[in-house]
Amino acid sequence: MKRRLWWRSFWLHLFLTPLALLWLAPLWLMFVFSTHPEIAIFSTPTPILPGNQFAANLQSLQADTNFLRSLFNSVMVAGIYTVLSIFLTSLAGYAFARFEFWGKGLLFSLVIATLTIPYFAVVIPQFILVAREAKTLLAILIGMAVFGGIAALLAWLRFSPTLGRALWVGYAAAALGYLFLGVPALREAMTFDFRLTNTWWAVILPSLANSLGVFFMRQNFLSVPMSLLEAARIDGAGEFRIFFRIALPLVLPAMAALAIILFLASWNDYLWPLLVLSDREMQTAPVALGSLIGLTRVSWGGIMVGAVMTTLPFLVLFLFLQRYFIAGITAGGVKD
Amino acid sequence: MNRSATPYLFLLPYLAIFALFWAWPILESLLLSFQNTRVSPPVWNLSINWGRILGDAAFWDALRNTVLILVIQVPLMLALATALAVALNSQLLRAKGFFRFAFFAPVVVGAVAYSAVFRLLFNQNGAVNAALGTQINWIFDPVGAMAVIIVTLTWRWTGYNAIIILAGLQSIPKDLYEAAEIDGASPWQQFWRITVPSLRPVLLFCLVLSIIGTLQLFTEPWLITNGGPGTATTTLGVYLYRQGFQNINFGYASTIAYAITLLALVFSIIQLRLFGRES
Repeated sequence: MKRRLWWRSFWLHLFLTPLALLWLAPLWLMFVFSTHPEIAIFSTPTPILPGNQFAANLQSLQADTNFLRSLFNSVMVAGIYTVLSIFLTSLAGYAFARFEFWGKGLLFSLVIATLTIPYFAVVIPQFILVAREAKTLLAILIGMAVFGGIAALLAWLRFSPTLGRALWVGYAAAALGYLFLGVPALREAMTFDFRLTNTWWAVILPSLANSLGVFFMRQNFLSVPMSLLEAARIDGAGEFRIFFRIALPLVLPAMAALAIILFLASWNDYLWPLLVLSDREMQTAPVALGSLIGLTRVSWGGIMVGAVMTTLPFLVLFLFLQRYFIAGITAGGVKD
Repeated sequence: MNRSATPYLFLLPYLAIFALFWAWPILESLLLSFQNTRVSPPVWNLSINWGRILGDAAFWDALRNTVLILVIQVPLMLALATALAVALNSQLLRAKGFFRFAFFAPVVVGAVAYSAVFRLLFNQNGAVNAALGTQINWIFDPVGAMAVIIVTLTWRWTGYNAIIILAGLQSIPKDLYEAAEIDGASPWQQFWRITVPSLRPVLLFCLVLSIIGTLQLFTEPWLITNGGPGTATTTLGVYLYRQGFQNINFGYASTIAYAITLLALVFSIIQLRLFGRES
C-alpha cells in the first residue's frame, strides 16, 4: 500500500514539474529579455539568465512612450476606481442582502443578468456618451448629485407617512422632468468646450457599473448575523450608522479581496482605455505598451521592461496575498 | 428615518451609474443596429445593418475563426484545468506553494504584457523555434497564428479555471472517497464516478464564462497577430473594433455586438439544456 502511494506520488511529480516550469517560462523569459539588448532576444540559443541592460531598455522605453507618466496614470485610475467602486457596490450589496423592498427581485436579476451579457453590447453607447456626448453626461451627473442630495435630505427629515409619500412622489416627478427637459436644456446652455476623452474619469466612470462587486458584497453581507443589526436598530442607531459601524467592519476581509480584484482588473484593462485615451500623456500603462507592439522600429527590450514593470508588483503581491486573489476569483463560481 | 426609503438610498448611487452605463447602452445598441450611421445625423433604416451582416463574408469569416478557437481551446483548457485542480488537491503532492504559484501566476498578468511576450516567443527568430530547432514563421502562417492564439489563451486561463475547479473539489465531502476506497474503487474510477459528477455545476460555470470570454476575444489577436495573416485570426471582437472604431460605423458595429450577444445567449441556453437542470 505504502509502496503504491510512493509510485503514484512519483508519477505525479514527474508530470507536473516540467509542466510547471513550462508555465513559468514565459514570465521568466519576460524578465530575462528585459535585461538584454535586442540582438540577444532573437539569438539562438535563447538567453535564460538575466543580463545587465535593464536600465538601457528602460531608457528606450521612456523615449518611445512616456512610460513613467503612464504608470502614474494607471495607479491613479485603478486607485480612484477601486475606492469608488468598493463604496458603491458595498452600499448596493448591503441593500440587496439586508432589506426587503418593492422591486428587489427584479432589480437584482437585472444587475446579475449583466454578468452574462458580453461587454460589447454596451461599449459603443458608452463610447458615444463619454467621447461625443460629454456635455449630456455632465448634465446627467450634475442631476444625479443634486437629486441624490435631495433624496438623502428627504430621508433624513422625519415626515409623517402621508406627507412623506407625497414628497417622494413629487421628488420622482421632478427627477424625471429633469432627465427629459432639464438635461437637454442644460446641455444647450453649456457653450464652453467640455470633453471627457483623455481624462482619468473617462476610464473610471463607465466601469463603476460593476455587477460582480454587487453580487460579491451581497453574498458577504448575507453572512453578517441579522441579530447584530437588529440589536443596533433597537438601540436607536440609524441605518447608515449600522452599515458603517457594524456591517462594514465585519466584511473587511471580503472587501480586501474585492479591492484586489477590482484594482487588478482596472490596472490590466486594455480595450476601453484604448478607446478613450489617445493623448500620450494620459494613456494608462497597457495602452502605452500596446501602442508600441507592431511598430517596425521599436525596442523589444523596452517593451519587456514595460511588461515587467506592470506585472512584477502583482506577482509579488500574489505570492503573499494569494488567498485574497483566490477569494475574489471564486466569488461567482461557488454558490452556497 | 423613513424606513421605506432607506434601501433605495443605499442603491441609488450604484443604480444611477448602472442605468447610465449599462441598462441604457444595452437598449441603445439595439436601436443603433437599426440605424444608418454613415450619414449625419443618423437615420432609421431597419434592414441596412442586419441585411448587410447576413451577406458579409468578413463577418462569417470572423465568426468561423471565433468558433474555431472556441471549440478547440475551451475543451482543451477545461480538461487541463480539471486535471491540474485534481493534482493540486492531491495529498501526495509536495511543494504545493511552488506548483500553485506556477499555474496561478498568469491570473495577475495583463493581456498586453503577455501578448507582447508570446509575440516575441513565437517570432521566427524567437525562443520557441530556438527550443524546437525549427524555422516556423508562426505569426505569418494562418494555422501557426491560430495555434499561437490558442496557446496564449490556454497559458493565461487554465490556472484561472483550475482555481475555480479546485474550490469546487474542496467542497466535495471526503467520506464519499473514503467509502469508495473501502469498496475498492481505483483512483481512476473515483475520478469519473465521484469527482466529475460532483463538479458538474462548477464546470458548467467555467464553460459559460469561457464561452462568453472567447466570443469577446480582442486583445490577444489584436496585439499578437493583428487579426492576420489576412483574416486568419480576425475574431468577432477584432472585426467589431475595426467596424466601430476604425471605420467609425457605430450602427454596423452595434449589429455585430448584438450578434455576439445572441450567440452568447444561444450557447448559454444549449449548455443549460444539455448539462444544467439540477444546478
